[in-house]
Amino acid sequence: MSDFLLPLYLTFKLATIATIVLFFIGIFIAYFLAYTHSHLRFLYEALVNIPLFLPPVVLGFYILVLFSPVSFLGKLLEYFGIKLVFNFSGLVVGSILYSFPFMVNPLVSGFRALPKSLKEAAYTLGKTKLETFFKVLLPNMKPSILSAIVLTFVHTIGEFGVVLMIGGNIPGVTKVASIAIFDASMALNYKLANFYSLVLSTVSLSVLILVFFLNKKFVSNDRN
Amino acid sequence: MIEIKLKKKLFSFELNVDLNTNNGNFVSIFGPSGAGKTTLLRLIAGLDKPDWGYIRVDDEVWFSSKDNINVPVRLRKIGFVFQDYALFENMSVGKNIEFAIESKKDLNVVDELLELVHLKEYKNQKISLLSGGQKQRLALVRALVRKPKLLLLDEPMSALDLSLRVSLQDELLFLQKKFNITSIMVSHDISEVAKLSDYVFFINNGKITKHGKPQAIFDIDANNVNIFGTVIDKKPSELLGILKVLIGNSIIHLPVSKEQFSQLSIGDKIVITAKAFNFSLKKVLFD
Repeated sequence: MSDFLLPLYLTFKLATIATIVLFFIGIFIAYFLAYTHSHLRFLYEALVNIPLFLPPVVLGFYILVLFSPVSFLGKLLEYFGIKLVFNFSGLVVGSILYSFPFMVNPLVSGFRALPKSLKEAAYTLGKTKLETFFKVLLPNMKPSILSAIVLTFVHTIGEFGVVLMIGGNIPGVTKVASIAIFDASMALNYKLANFYSLVLSTVSLSVLILVFFLNKKFVSNDRN
Repeated sequence: MIEIKLKKKLFSFELNVDLNTNNGNFVSIFGPSGAGKTTLLRLIAGLDKPDWGYIRVDDEVWFSSKDNINVPVRLRKIGFVFQDYALFENMSVGKNIEFAIESKKDLNVVDELLELVHLKEYKNQKISLLSGGQKQRLALVRALVRKPKLLLLDEPMSALDLSLRVSLQDELLFLQKKFNITSIMVSHDISEVAKLSDYVFFINNGKITKHGKPQAIFDIDANNVNIFGTVIDKKPSELLGILKVLIGNSIIHLPVSKEQFSQLSIGDKIVITAKAFNFSLKKVLFD
């Protein structure tokens, strides 16, 4: 692939992987948060939302420190041969932490918006929690799932601070489109910056329109 | 034989009930809103956990605080009809029934059950296309798929208009007798309770204050004509009082003695009794 398209490829690869991984983690955490009766629920919800309130650079800095070979966790990871700073895997982990609330919050709302009787009806029909989860709950909250996936994807595409802190600016490895835009602007290469910006905004807007279109379709499908 | 003895601390009072019934009976739990009726039904189903007591259905123990037994909802042989029907909108009418079927070889009963409630031609329809009455019938028949030992109904008709309610009551009674399923219904509609029940438990503030056959509980003389209504307004006049009474969809003005007038308040349920053969009636033309 040409060096010129590489940052875009990295951005979309990162967003896709982060979104997929986060979906499978997020859906179970959201289920737990939506239905737990624990007194500590407020604390769990606050934890999930930390990335929303922390400046991305700060979050990136903490992740960098946490994963750096001098920290305990970094040492532990190194022992198992895992390195998470200044490489693509590090970006994935950072993106997952950064976009966490964008995946979990819509899913929690989705679960909570379902009538309680839906879940209970499935139990009274002899279904296990797992069957109820996959066959009743998830299919009845498609719009929330779609919102969660799209928000996470678009949000990951646009991240800058976290990525820069954890990954740096290594071409072909961690130099994603947002960093390439910054880089090109600094080098006064506005043509290139403009190109990357245009691709990112076109993709984000198209996805947004697609979501509203699909949501409308889900709703009218359920009603008609 | 179903034996239930439970205690559960609720927000403002304690639910404390003791009720037994024989198999095949249609039992109603009747009382004002907020009396603990729905909670009691949920405790029997296992959707909520009692603080103390036991639930025995035939020789199975579903709950016992003494022996630390609490059988999960899905393993209790119940059918539950929710107030909002709780139909699965992601499935067709037929799939809602199919979902409840345990073994693939029983799939042929889907058509049979749908036929029973006149929904066969709607088998592949979406839930949202059904009318309120059809949803109610589907919820009812779905609750019967697993041949439960106990059918629990939470205000099953409350969302329907009167004429529909009356015809669905007949259908409910027909299905209950056909499958011979012991049923417990929660309701605050006297005429419904009087019509359907073999036995009534009157519950108020978490306690059963009265129980018996509906005739005894509501003081119904089977030889007379009984009309159930609710007092919705009172107007005193010089010699007597005028009650405005809601009966089904109609409102009537009922002159009563001063004494009766003072004893009744707005919201009270009353039964108006007319002696058989001793009232005038005339056919009216409708529509």
